[in-house]
Amino acid sequence: MGAKINKAAAGTANYVDERTGVGALVKFLSRKLFPDHWSFMLGEVALYSFVVLLLSGVFITAYFEPSMTFVTYDGPLETMQGVEMSKAFESTLHMSFEVPGGLLMRQIHHWAALMFTAAIVIHMARVFFTGAFRKPREINWLVGFTLMILSLAAGFTGYSLPDDVLSGNGLRIIDGVVKSIPILGSYISYWLFGGEFPGEILIPRLFTAHILLVPGLILALVALHLFLVFLHKHTQYPGGGRTHKNVVGLPLFPVYTAKAGGFFFVVFGIIAILAALFTINPVWNYGPYDPSPVSAGTQPDWYILFVDGALRLMPGWLGGFPLEWEIAGYTLSWNILVPAVIVPGIFFGILALYPWIEAWATGDRGEKHVLDRPRNAPTRTGIGVALISFYMILALEGSNDIIANLFHLSLNDLTWTFRIAIFVVPPLLFWITKRIALGLQRKDRELVLHGHETGRIVRHEHGEYIEVHEPLDEQELWLRVNYDNITPFEAPEEFNENGVRRGGMRWKRFKARLSRFYFEDRVEPVTPAEYAEAQHHHASYAASDEGLAEAEENADADKALDEGFAQLKKD
Amino acid sequence: MHALANKRYHKAAPLLLVLALLALLTGLGAVATSQSAEATTVSASDIEDGQKLFASNCATCHGIDAQGQDGVAPSLVGVGAASVDFQVGTGRMPMQASGPQAPAKPVQFTQEEISQLAAYVASLGAGPAIPTAEQVDPELGNAAEGMELFRTNCAMCHGSIGGGGALTQGKFAPSLMETTPTHIYEAMLTGPQSMPVFNNANIDEEGKRDIIAYLVAQRDGSPGGLSLGAIGPVAEGFWAWIVGIGLLIGSTIWIGARSS
Repeated sequence: MGAKINKAAAGTANYVDERTGVGALVKFLSRKLFPDHWSFMLGEVALYSFVVLLLSGVFITAYFEPSMTFVTYDGPLETMQGVEMSKAFESTLHMSFEVPGGLLMRQIHHWAALMFTAAIVIHMARVFFTGAFRKPREINWLVGFTLMILSLAAGFTGYSLPDDVLSGNGLRIIDGVVKSIPILGSYISYWLFGGEFPGEILIPRLFTAHILLVPGLILALVALHLFLVFLHKHTQYPGGGRTHKNVVGLPLFPVYTAKAGGFFFVVFGIIAILAALFTINPVWNYGPYDPSPVSAGTQPDWYILFVDGALRLMPGWLGGFPLEWEIAGYTLSWNILVPAVIVPGIFFGILALYPWIEAWATGDRGEKHVLDRPRNAPTRTGIGVALISFYMILALEGSNDIIANLFHLSLNDLTWTFRIAIFVVPPLLFWITKRIALGLQRKDRELVLHGHETGRIVRHEHGEYIEVHEPLDEQELWLRVNYDNITPFEAPEEFNENGVRRGGMRWKRFKARLSRFYFEDRVEPVTPAEYAEAQHHHASYAASDEGLAEAEENADADKALDEGFAQLKKD
Repeated sequence: MHALANKRYHKAAPLLLVLALLALLTGLGAVATSQSAEATTVSASDIEDGQKLFASNCATCHGIDAQGQDGVAPSLVGVGAASVDFQVGTGRMPMQASGPQAPAKPVQFTQEEISQLAAYVASLGAGPAIPTAEQVDPELGNAAEGMELFRTNCAMCHGSIGGGGALTQGKFAPSLMETTPTHIYEAMLTGPQSMPVFNNANIDEEGKRDIIAYLVAQRDGSPGGLSLGAIGPVAEGFWAWIVGIGLLIGSTIWIGARSS
């Protein structure tokens, strides 16, 4: 029986291989080496959440009707009986309350969306803090960044589809943000909504974007993202024998394929548990969209919360000057343009361009395949923490009414606290993080030079007490000394030896300043010479030089004393 | 030498103090929860008893003749029985401490005493009366009509299903999840604290009952599972990060730990 099946399987595989040559690809892929670390699975979480989104999305697409036609509800939900609503909202209710498993699928889809965006952010943070974006992976960072933006687009278009009051308010805010763009704003808004907000064509348009355009782009970019991972080979954490020129790990087949395959079900399972236990986006609470009501606790999903927060943070007047200007009959709303367009633009701009910004500062052109420990790049780690805190403060301000209500605080005081915090906290955390990183580097140096404390005290013959230090083993040493020691570079002299002025001096000076900012404060790794000298001094049980010198002095003094006594006796 | 120390306290003093405190709290709790009698008819003796209660519990701030004091407490002439029943019946009055607003707290009087107070205040000037059981019966209301009224008139402060929300300067619209239908009705009628008055010209009696029906319908729980406080996307995002991402990172570490 077994032999029969094996034969059939081999025959099928051979049939396919002879016609497609896929065998070579399978062989290549299954022998591809991957280093092992839990944090390398965070991107996988995002990928699997996306697969869950596709699967659950297919189910709910079958029942959702993207139409803004008005209907009167006549279904099992008591609180909606006889209420006028769009077909989109009605079909969402129908799917939730009349289709078996429909509500579970909707909740799986929505929880998976929250997990997808969160997993992307976590994955991106891992890549950032370990320096995995460095050459040759800058383009892949940009692909990943685009995927992050697309995930926001996918989330937001989906969040708006049920045409409920909550998402309608979100769209209203987006409409206002778009209209704040000078000159083009109102044209874009009218084009987007097919007339004045809310119009009658938006839901079908969002539907097309949500189920075709955005997921199509995401799929294509995921393919490119993974292709580039294979092309560049995976990065690895520092450790014995790992260099920028090799990959230490296991082949994809069989261990990783089994792990990754199983992990998909872990991700699916966790999302399904969340969806089965916790309500998400209860549109029946919010009711069908109507532009007039706005309820308390109106917030977007977490990934857009920071924009809402920026809008809430921004004062309408600044020191007595209005931030809404009227120029020649046109309104310019700085109070919307700055928080909702300019600030997110700069934030995302820094994120997208970060690999190049750091490359300007290092001036290093080499390929980097070994990851940095975050402590070994103190400035980058500080910048990362500052960016996260900036984002967090905006997200907290976006939740200010919830926080105020939950903790019985004053909404006004909270907003003022965050207004100050947004300027104070990120620089402060940058500085603290950088100092902690430098401190950890110093601790590493100390460990390498002096070894582990053992708590074992030895008394030497001459009376000195010594704590025995165990020297680090080779793996521990490699981890602590084998990192890039980048020193800041200077801008060249403005005039060369012939007195001719060099071109591009401003750019060169900027890069030099950037380099100083990054690498002026640094802890040098222990050099082999330093290590050898330390080993010489600290041969584990040996007495210290000071101790020996002191002992010798004492011996001399004793001798002098003895001689003195002998002399006295003689006399 | 030890004379001074011996005088100070007995060893068992802290224990006795804790016991005494517990006994006091239990006693207070028993008093606070033992109100049940419904008084419906008002007599002259009720008004008289109410006046006595008023003089000893409310007059410090509202004045001996309930005329109020500038900057301390408003006049109660004409606020009606409904207002008293709401403010005292939810424990908001007597106010415990000055603050952004008087929060609901354990009720200080029995229902009989509350009715007596209400009768006294109602006797000072015409005002809204306590609604009848029929007026506040959620069974008689239309929850769908109530949903539309609620989200146009109430949801901007109380949230989409009455979970509560923040107002300015530490004030807040409280959660309506556990408020009795009578108190909801009275609040609409009298507009306590920051709340506007929704008189019968604004939302008619039937509308008020519809709103009560909508709010009571929310108490059956959420069809989608636990409601996470019904405060919307912030709670959902928080759970996605703490529970979802927490579990997933936990499992990546678990899988990663069983490695080569």
